[in-house]
Amino acid sequence: MTIEILLPAMSPTMTEGNIVKWNVKEGDKVAAGDVLAEIETDKATMELETDEDGVVGRIFVPEASPETNEGIAVGTVIAVLLEEGEDASHIDTPSTIEAVPSENKTKIEAVAAPAMQVVTEDDFPEGTTFTSTTVREALRDAMAEEMRLDDDVFIMGEEVAEYEGAYKVTQGLHAEFGDRRVIDTPITEHGFAGLGVGASMAGLRPVVEFMTFNFAMQAIDHIINSAAKTNYMSGGQIRCPIVFRGPNGAASRVGAQHSQNYAPWYAHVPGLIVVSPYSAADAKGLLKSAIKNPNPVVFLENEMIYGQSFDVPDIADYTVPIGKAKVVRLGSDVTLVSYSIGVKFSLAAAEKLAAEGISAEVIDLRTLRPLDMDTVIASVKKTNRVVCVEEGWVSCSISSEISARLMEDAFDYLDAPVLRVTNADVPMPYAANLEKLAVVTDDQIVLAAKKVCYKAGDN
Amino acid sequence: MAKKPTTKKNTPKKITKGGKVAARRRPVKPKALKATSDELKDFYREMLMMRRFEEKAGQMYGMGLIGGFCHLYIGQEAVVTGIQSTLKAGDTILTSYRDHAHMLACKIDPKVIMAELTGRETGISKGKGGSMHMFSVEHGFYGGHGIVAAQVPIGAGLGFAHKYRGTDNVSVVYFGDGAANQGQIYETFNMAELWSLPVVFVIENNQYAMGTAVRRASSETELHKRGESFRIPGEAVDGMDVLAVREAAARAVEWCRAGNGPMLLEMNTYRYRGHSMSDPAKYRSKEEVQKMRAEHDPIDQVKQRLLEGKIMTEDEMKIIDKEIKAIVAEAAQFAQDSAEPAPHELYTDVLVAE
Repeated sequence: MTIEILLPAMSPTMTEGNIVKWNVKEGDKVAAGDVLAEIETDKATMELETDEDGVVGRIFVPEASPETNEGIAVGTVIAVLLEEGEDASHIDTPSTIEAVPSENKTKIEAVAAPAMQVVTEDDFPEGTTFTSTTVREALRDAMAEEMRLDDDVFIMGEEVAEYEGAYKVTQGLHAEFGDRRVIDTPITEHGFAGLGVGASMAGLRPVVEFMTFNFAMQAIDHIINSAAKTNYMSGGQIRCPIVFRGPNGAASRVGAQHSQNYAPWYAHVPGLIVVSPYSAADAKGLLKSAIKNPNPVVFLENEMIYGQSFDVPDIADYTVPIGKAKVVRLGSDVTLVSYSIGVKFSLAAAEKLAAEGISAEVIDLRTLRPLDMDTVIASVKKTNRVVCVEEGWVSCSISSEISARLMEDAFDYLDAPVLRVTNADVPMPYAANLEKLAVVTDDQIVLAAKKVCYKAGDN
Repeated sequence: MAKKPTTKKNTPKKITKGGKVAARRRPVKPKALKATSDELKDFYREMLMMRRFEEKAGQMYGMGLIGGFCHLYIGQEAVVTGIQSTLKAGDTILTSYRDHAHMLACKIDPKVIMAELTGRETGISKGKGGSMHMFSVEHGFYGGHGIVAAQVPIGAGLGFAHKYRGTDNVSVVYFGDGAANQGQIYETFNMAELWSLPVVFVIENNQYAMGTAVRRASSETELHKRGESFRIPGEAVDGMDVLAVREAAARAVEWCRAGNGPMLLEMNTYRYRGHSMSDPAKYRSKEEVQKMRAEHDPIDQVKQRLLEGKIMTEDEMKIIDKEIKAIVAEAAQFAQDSAEPAPHELYTDVLVAE
């Protein structure tokens, strides 16, 4: 009996991987627990063990060369095991080595990463070169650069040092900066968040990584009561130049307790700065600005876009100003206002709208506190219609805030009510189909945009 | 076969490579410290200042000049006085909301403390912090924290910064017997010992968390043992005797300064007043309070020593009393005469301008 070895999903967001190295060859005898191969996932290189005894019959997928960036899909048959004495000659190579439909892929892969049309106030100087960089690498580069510039900057959190980050964001930092400045903490969010605040009060510049912001709920007292309020309560004497960072929002198939957008929670609090970038260039430039900033900054990343590549300008000490939104696509009929992964959905929706003759302008808020309403209102003056897009709950959301501010400050420029397109108002379900229904989609955005343009058919 | 006696040196602690757990290390008890005459005089003066200041604050609260919560330190003066006498420039301290006396111990001007209590622009936090939220970077005083036990990891963070910067300064973190049951303290103990942070944890055990007696809230009432499972040496101290406090503190501070990691001191003390000004005092008898006052008062104990040692006469003490009363009266007047913060201050200090 032959046993097919499939490329396994080794993390909730992994959709493809590479064989870095085969530890066995055809004809080798293996026992359960033996390492067959080393697999490179979206986060790390991991060993693939066999669960069965047998003989390696055929290997279908060769080791990837360093130049190959093309991964193979999760679920692909990469090898077969035979029982001892069985003959390999009857085994055919699978007709195609391709993706087996993966639930993990449904949500994000359904939305093609749209080309980003950068149209901004901060156009880069002529001759600027760019390097294609993932958001993950851009965040790491930002920390590394700031650590090189200032000995007071250090990073602490769970698995940030030897493991190189649960999501590989701190890759290489421990090797460069050592134990003193890259510090693995015990699993003790409340404690290490408070310790970081104390270190920042003494003038150090901690970057505190939460493995995800879901776990920061254990530490929220220190973020709000200790970090955000102390400058005010001390009459300006005690500063907290600290960055709390980590992935925020829904990941994939991890259920309700690990899938939540905390942006509105922190954006509610005076004394905090809240940043949530989308592109790698903004991730880098804003994280550098956050580390340099004398205030406590909550820096909300998104696991689903860690692996996405963007052009990052090759500019020394590149920073992006906090508190400035960015028009990421020009349009004239409707304004889509969003942040973080919502920008990705909005850009995809804008493409679809363009095909239907509706020109959508897309604004990436980038900073959520303070909100750059000037940029939003300037766009509203042009389009007179707004749809807020948010991968998160609707009640008391950033979208609600934008909507209220437009009522107060731009009412006369609106030709239609502001609509909010958000996740379903439920704890995140686990089932693939339900999760897909819970998370905001580009089609929902398209529909809302048509509604505010009075082109939805039902209005 | 008789084994050759071995002398154990101060070997590095914790787990050796073979997986065996190394013996715990503790500071060696030195001979009792003797206070000089000048030191005794200083203690007397400082503790009296705290007492008179707090009495005045209580009066002003009663007159409606101080609002909100106001937690008085009366009875506990020996703790902060003894400990502060062992610190040096660059050391930092922080505590909970019962913080007025800690600020006086840091030599912060009584006027700006009292003006903060009355919410005036001349207050140390410009009137925006109040009784529970006061700070002075200049004097190494890092608050003044209103959330029970939150100051403990923050204090460990200050200790972390001392170590990170390669100084031999220490961080002294005060918290109460009530706070001692908060989870974040044990998270902090773990990290402080794991990373050998120079932190002296001081439990001011005044016997009641608001109105709940220690025995009604704590399964282990000997709070100095609370660090043992983290390998933090702990010691119980008579917190009503400033010399006992100073002796234990000197040992603990030296232990931390030398890079041995944290230490825990349980100061057994007593507050005469209520938890805050709105305390119904139904959880203990008047007799209990009277007995503590009569038999263990920290100021009376020093006074006795001064008289017995013929260091000061009653008349000389009266002169000091008078001086202190004048300083406190001046602070109270300043706190009432100062203006309230200007309305525009509402929006300042929310964020630091870059």
